Amino acid sequence: MILNSKIPEGPVSQKWNNHKFSMKLVNPANKRKYDIIVVGSGLAGGSAAATLAELGYNVKAFSYHESPRRAHSIAAQGGINAAKNYPNDGDSIYRLFYDTVKGGDYRAREANVYRLAEVSNNIIDQCVAQGVPFAREYGGLLDNRSFGGAQVSRTFYARGQTGQQLLLGVYSALVRQMNTGKVQFFPRHDMLDIVKVDGKARGVVTRNLETGEITSHSAHAVILATGGYGNVFFLSTNAMASNVTASWRAHKQGACFANPCFTQIHPTCIPVSSDHQSKLTLMSESLRNDGRVWVPKKAGDDRNPNNIPDEERDYYLERLYPSFGNLVPRDVASRRAKEMCDKGHGVGPTKLAVYLDFADVIHRNGKDWVSEKYGNLFDMYRQITGENPYETPMKIYPAVHYTMGGLWVDYNLMSTVPGLHVLGEANFSDHGANRLGASALMQGLADGYFIIPYTIGDYLAQGGLKEVRTSDDTFQHAERLVKESLEKMLAIKGSKTVDDIHKELGKVMWEYVGMARNKEGLEKALELIPKLKDDFWKNVLIPGGINEYNPELEKASRLADFLELGELMARDALHREESCGGHFREEFQTEENEAKRNDEDFTYAAAWEYNGGDGNPLLHKEELKFDEVSLTTRSYK
Amino acid sequence: MRIIVQAWRQYDRNSEGNFESYPVDNVSEDMSFFEMLDMLNNQLLKDGKDPISFDHDCREGICGTCGIMINGRAHGPLKGVTTCQLHMRSFKDGDTLVIEPWRARAFPVIRDLVVDRSGFDRVMEAGGYVSVSTGGVPDANVIPILKDDADSAFDAAACIGCGACVAACKNSSAMLFVGAKVSQYALLPQGQVERKSRVKNMVGQMDVEGFGNCTNTSACEVECPKEISVENIARLNREFVKASF
Repeated sequence: MILNSKIPEGPVSQKWNNHKFSMKLVNPANKRKYDIIVVGSGLAGGSAAATLAELGYNVKAFSYHESPRRAHSIAAQGGINAAKNYPNDGDSIYRLFYDTVKGGDYRAREANVYRLAEVSNNIIDQCVAQGVPFAREYGGLLDNRSFGGAQVSRTFYARGQTGQQLLLGVYSALVRQMNTGKVQFFPRHDMLDIVKVDGKARGVVTRNLETGEITSHSAHAVILATGGYGNVFFLSTNAMASNVTASWRAHKQGACFANPCFTQIHPTCIPVSSDHQSKLTLMSESLRNDGRVWVPKKAGDDRNPNNIPDEERDYYLERLYPSFGNLVPRDVASRRAKEMCDKGHGVGPTKLAVYLDFADVIHRNGKDWVSEKYGNLFDMYRQITGENPYETPMKIYPAVHYTMGGLWVDYNLMSTVPGLHVLGEANFSDHGANRLGASALMQGLADGYFIIPYTIGDYLAQGGLKEVRTSDDTFQHAERLVKESLEKMLAIKGSKTVDDIHKELGKVMWEYVGMARNKEGLEKALELIPKLKDDFWKNVLIPGGINEYNPELEKASRLADFLELGELMARDALHREESCGGHFREEFQTEENEAKRNDEDFTYAAAWEYNGGDGNPLLHKEELKFDEVSLTTRSYK
Repeated sequence: MRIIVQAWRQYDRNSEGNFESYPVDNVSEDMSFFEMLDMLNNQLLKDGKDPISFDHDCREGICGTCGIMINGRAHGPLKGVTTCQLHMRSFKDGDTLVIEPWRARAFPVIRDLVVDRSGFDRVMEAGGYVSVSTGGVPDANVIPILKDDADSAFDAAACIGCGACVAACKNSSAMLFVGAKVSQYALLPQGQVERKSRVKNMVGQMDVEGFGNCTNTSACEVECPKEISVENIARLNREFVKASF
């Protein structure tokens, strides 16, 4: 397989424009002859489905949720970036592009990132026109705030619920098309496989989660917008049902999986309290603007934090990074917190937490000031932990948050399976090895509103798509395979619940493929994960049957894929003998314990091709060329 | 602590349901309510019984998927909190928790505590949008919006569509849900063009779905986890009357 990224010719600022002109078009009257399947109803999938229907295509949209509005995009807090330069502080498309490439530690594709920055402004216009209530100034114009990794204020926001408001905007566009009949929405449908005809993606197999019915659906092209795979760690900030199944089943059908080891660990989450914990909650990055991170200087010091005098505290971020202090990027802050806990300075009952202290700012500006700025976050913290952060410092610890890796796509967002397109967090293309805050929402909407509607037309206009029916053997065969796999799982009737095994997998992933990785640990993970996989296929306990509402069966089928993905993540992390962004290999660090990239050998995206699943995936390399931005070492000292 | 869970068990839409009682031991205060149910379910599975089905997803109070009646209160005893954000420290050793699905004709039970809220989607389909297609829209700052209006629109837009308002209402009315969406658009310049048709169509669909009418008890506002105000129902009524004449 040869990866062809199909990056258009010309200077980076002209590529998208030229490409839009050179792409083939489907004339308006012909669009109604094409069916498109969209899986996922978050920012990327929902916006794609609505926009394609507006253009005239027939869209079938699938979600495992009961309603498109439940997609996990809804949980994004902070904001969405755009290069509007409304604050007149020197922002530009080029600067947004530059910051994103640098923030990604030079492992993203320049041409894609530039296009993302280019369409960012259209996104804000679109959302406002839909009636999304962004924050405004008293003059009536839109407000901006600043975010990590940028020196300008380019983040648009809707209180701490930007994801919710953007998703409801997408949802409104989508229900409008559902009302016209151009979008047929299938709620509570899990996509369990793609169907290929003549090597091209022509349909999907789904299971109706209420009735258990397995059916297939045909189309001229398939779009996956099915999110990230952070739940491979069991505990993450992802929603409970977020999973890799759609991507993984596509991978097994020939779609390369790129940079699976690039995962983002967010530094400010509420720590794990017990083995019963089911998920982790993020405390917005914005808290680090005013909170000070510290641990006791003496290891094992378990005094009440308010009784530890200042000279016995180690404000380690301020000590190590005097110029950025508590505002270092996410990957750096996370790693340092882990290091402190590993050295025995962790606090709280589990000793896996550091303090985030607001005493200074409360003393300086008063409780009301703090409450106005962070009140909702403080309330949420109190709700979950039972502690009052106005009186006692918050305890925080890093947690898995976002996955930069995903299915490999070319410039047209098409995977290595012709006709199969991948949008949003599910693809790998824009964030390199580390994503900047407020960029995930931007990418999801850019892909769905402004990129795929153009590039899919180019694919369809090339023709060569014969008529297919779901009664054809290929579809019937695919349905049968899905059914057999579920039946096989159900028949095991072992002694371990799905959660038992998922928790074990999570522990292995966190220990060996988590925040800091090394050769020995990764090799250990590659021994342990296949054993867990065997354990799953021998000992899993799933109640009930196939033809009924069966949440345990849903979870089991997702876990089966996580078990395979986990192995690929470890393999990818092992092969990448450098540290970059969210991927920190302990063997590759500077004298000051910072990430040490190896540009000579690893300036590429690692795209893995499935090869039977016995531990021998094939590695394909897409060399990354940096014509615009020169590769330098990130420094936050 | 020990908690007695008395849960509604119902196999599917067509079955009759009944309550069953389960003791849960070793519940810690730090657990969320759902983590307590997770623990109970893990035990039920190992005992060869069917786990209790309930809807949930983000577990941080924003997706709107969860919703359980706990001792007769939608989302449990706390104000402004979804079921997923409720923690066991709100209860004490020996407490009995009676847990039920949302009860409304327009929300049929799918299994145990899981209900079908697709009626909400159909109400939204009837008019919960501004008819703009992608592209060709003006610059975002072309129309200034009074900050107070933008803030009020946001307050209404914060609705998570969980259905607690319907469950709390003796009439199973969806008017807080519909009022919130109608208000959001009525307060913004973008919503003006379709202001009249929107409210008529959404109210019409609300009736088709079998939601009841509002008799001003304000139970919805009390139980709403996002504390959406009943002012939105007043605005819905005004908008509807204005649109009808």
